[in-house]
Amino acid sequence: MRKKWLAIPYALWALIFSVIPILLIAIYSFCSRSPYGNIVYTFTWDNYRRFLEPIYLNVLWRSVVLAVQSTIICFLLGYPMALLIARSDIKKRSLMILLFILPLWTNFLLRTYAWMVLLRDQGVINQFLIALGIIEEPLKLLYTNGAVLLGMVYNFLPFMVLPIYAVLSKLDHSLIEAAEDLGATSLEVFMKVIFPLSIPGVISGTIMVFMPAVSTFIISDLLGGGQTILLGNLIQNQFLVARNWQFGSSISIIMISMILVCMAIMGRYREEGGELW
Amino acid sequence: MVKKALKGTYITLMYLFLYLPIFLLIVYSFNDSRYRGSWSGFTFRWYRELFQDRTIVAALYNTFTIALLAALIATVIGTVSAVAIHNMSPKAKVFFMNVTYLPVLNPDIVIGISLLALFVWMQLKLGFITLLLAHITFNIPYVILAVLPKLKQLNPHLEEAALDLGATPLQAFFKVILPEIMPGVITGALLAFTLSLDDFMVSFFTTGSGINTLSIKIYSMTKLGVSPKINALSALLFIGVIGLLGVLQARIRKIYD
Amino acid sequence: MNIIELKGVSKRFAEKDALVDINLSIRPKEFVTLLGPSGCGKTTTLRIIGGFEQPTNGDVYFEGRRINHLPPYQRQLNTVFQKYALFPHLNVYENIAFGLNIKKAAQKDIAKKVAYMLQLVNLEGFEKRKIHSLSGGQQQRIAIARALVCEPKVLLLDEPLGALDLKLRKEMQLELKKMQQQLGITFIYVTHDQEEALTMSDRVVVMSDGEIQQIGTPEDIYNEPVNQFVADFIGEGNILKGIMLEDYRVKFEEQIFPCIDKGFGNNEAVEVLVRPEDIQIVDPERGMLRGIVESVVFKGVHYEIMVRDESGTHWMIHSIHMAKNGEAVGLKILPDAIHIMKKAV
Repeated sequence: MRKKWLAIPYALWALIFSVIPILLIAIYSFCSRSPYGNIVYTFTWDNYRRFLEPIYLNVLWRSVVLAVQSTIICFLLGYPMALLIARSDIKKRSLMILLFILPLWTNFLLRTYAWMVLLRDQGVINQFLIALGIIEEPLKLLYTNGAVLLGMVYNFLPFMVLPIYAVLSKLDHSLIEAAEDLGATSLEVFMKVIFPLSIPGVISGTIMVFMPAVSTFIISDLLGGGQTILLGNLIQNQFLVARNWQFGSSISIIMISMILVCMAIMGRYREEGGELW
Repeated sequence: MVKKALKGTYITLMYLFLYLPIFLLIVYSFNDSRYRGSWSGFTFRWYRELFQDRTIVAALYNTFTIALLAALIATVIGTVSAVAIHNMSPKAKVFFMNVTYLPVLNPDIVIGISLLALFVWMQLKLGFITLLLAHITFNIPYVILAVLPKLKQLNPHLEEAALDLGATPLQAFFKVILPEIMPGVITGALLAFTLSLDDFMVSFFTTGSGINTLSIKIYSMTKLGVSPKINALSALLFIGVIGLLGVLQARIRKIYD
Repeated sequence: MNIIELKGVSKRFAEKDALVDINLSIRPKEFVTLLGPSGCGKTTTLRIIGGFEQPTNGDVYFEGRRINHLPPYQRQLNTVFQKYALFPHLNVYENIAFGLNIKKAAQKDIAKKVAYMLQLVNLEGFEKRKIHSLSGGQQQRIAIARALVCEPKVLLLDEPLGALDLKLRKEMQLELKKMQQQLGITFIYVTHDQEEALTMSDRVVVMSDGEIQQIGTPEDIYNEPVNQFVADFIGEGNILKGIMLEDYRVKFEEQIFPCIDKGFGNNEAVEVLVRPEDIQIVDPERGMLRGIVESVVFKGVHYEIMVRDESGTHWMIHSIHMAKNGEAVGLKILPDAIHIMKKAV
């Protein structure tokens, strides 16, 4: 009836604060730059051409590699966990999953900061190893690619476990019994029944880990200490330090396109379910 | 037997991995030593200093004000929008859902810089207002996504029944629809509130000089070198979250009883 | 005066006709049933009367006043919904009191009226119960009480017994009928169950494909269906092609039968309905038609016997007497067992 008019406030809000900003970024990415760094509304490919320079392609490559690595590690660490939780009895299950979500509720920066404390030269890990006599000089742990990777896995692991768990916990147990009844061993049951059915969850999890990993700038900023420059750092730098919004915009557009393409590919394999919320 | 032990070890290691860093921060918040990783005595000093630090208290105040306001406004707009979207034709629904997913699927950093671009373009002064607008923007979709499933579960005749018994459409909404979708509305509001509390990326780009949120404050503190005050803050936030979850859990139990 | 009148009402949903030119008058204190298969437009008709849909064309009158655009909350009628639509967040008392609370009635009056309604539907003492703790039948009664407490002049019921099991349904049919007579208000009842319609109604409106096929008393509808659809939908029947030679004489199966129908054209092609229970099985030489018994199924009260006559037509016969498979029999059809219907165009 008249209810559709209720959508007007939200339609306006979404237009102004979701759609127009993206359009602005898209427009800026094709704008020229005045000698003082201001935006000049004449069309140019320069901002995209500049991205093809080796240093920037290197950043892209490093971002993608780290994001892929962290996604794979999250999957390897997280899948067995999701499976174990889904197969525990109901009472234990909700506690176990709650314990997995709980860290997500604490401040993201603090979680990352905690690893700074652990990985420092005088940090807990180095002190512990020295006290045990395994090493004499502190190892350089912080401000390395490894530290960034660790930070990603630590922060995003729950995003992998939750959707997989959501799918596995809804799995009809009689399917497993049917497979066993037909003579499948437990490995075959897993490979031929459980895993294929959990793929929508795996895909959701992959998207939910890959996306923040490829766009982060905090983890690389805190744990990479300026050694590891990723796409996120580049965008942040162009917007806040170098004040070259046109170039920052073009990197953003490239990143969004990349994510959209990934999601479109993944989305084909994703059916219902497996969503986080 | 071996399998069971293996399972146990794996589960223990996973939870240790998740909790050890947080746990260590809490322990360190009581450590008297400033620089050493080692334990040199129990103290409440960092907690005292934390609350004497005006900038931290101000950031805390900003964070909660913005989170509360943003969650409140987003819940109202989001709930009304969800009702509207629920009643749309399938085509309009798909369009609006895509728009709704935009801020959910966009990386935070893109939301942050695009809103920064918008605010500068509109010549809005960066500060409390822009921060609030940004938070409302990324909160609304989560409220909609929390309320819509509740509307779908609703018996479509409930509203008609209320109208039939003499309620105006507005009365029908407040007396029948709203009570029925309340769990979704509350979930959405809590989700919005926590997202706002936790947000760094969007706030970082849309705030102006002088207005700090807790996340931004923590960020600048980590840049200035390690201060045990952060440990104290982490401990407090963590315990606060557990308390909040406890209350929530009790509430949810009550609803489903 | 008619309490409700539909004049030339039609309704289109997205390029599809849901109702075509509906004309219907309902008198006060009448029990009228809209009967038809799903998708026939009976629920849409009810929803237009209730105010939940607006007619695309035509007018709706309530006590002589045109109410096309009057919203449901301003109409003096109430609805019992298909799946009851009780408010799950309110208890039994609050559900029944909902309408009175909206009208800002005094709490004392509300309490009195709710108590009376609970007594009427035999659920005294259920005030504090949660809706989901009630059985389907109990929820049904609460839904009726909630609608009746507003003292509507017309009660609309949309397949109210559809979700109940057979035994409970029969019980509720009688109870509803009793309630309607006791309260003296108009009931407009929607169902797809022909037996339910015949049991309860003063008049039945048979609908199909958005059109009214026939309006009449249950006896009229059963005994004198106007076309094949009505005959098929109400009860079971043998329907054959025939030719009306003249008034009171019809020819089918190559034989001429006397009948009680008139007013068709001479030699007009018609359809002939003979109800299975109106056919008598007799000795072959005494029958008007002869045939062979092909199957006999025991149905409890009667046998359902299939007979193939000499021209190959199958007849369904309900008889309390047994017949044997393969037996040669005669069929006797009396004039008042033959119902002549207009041929469908």
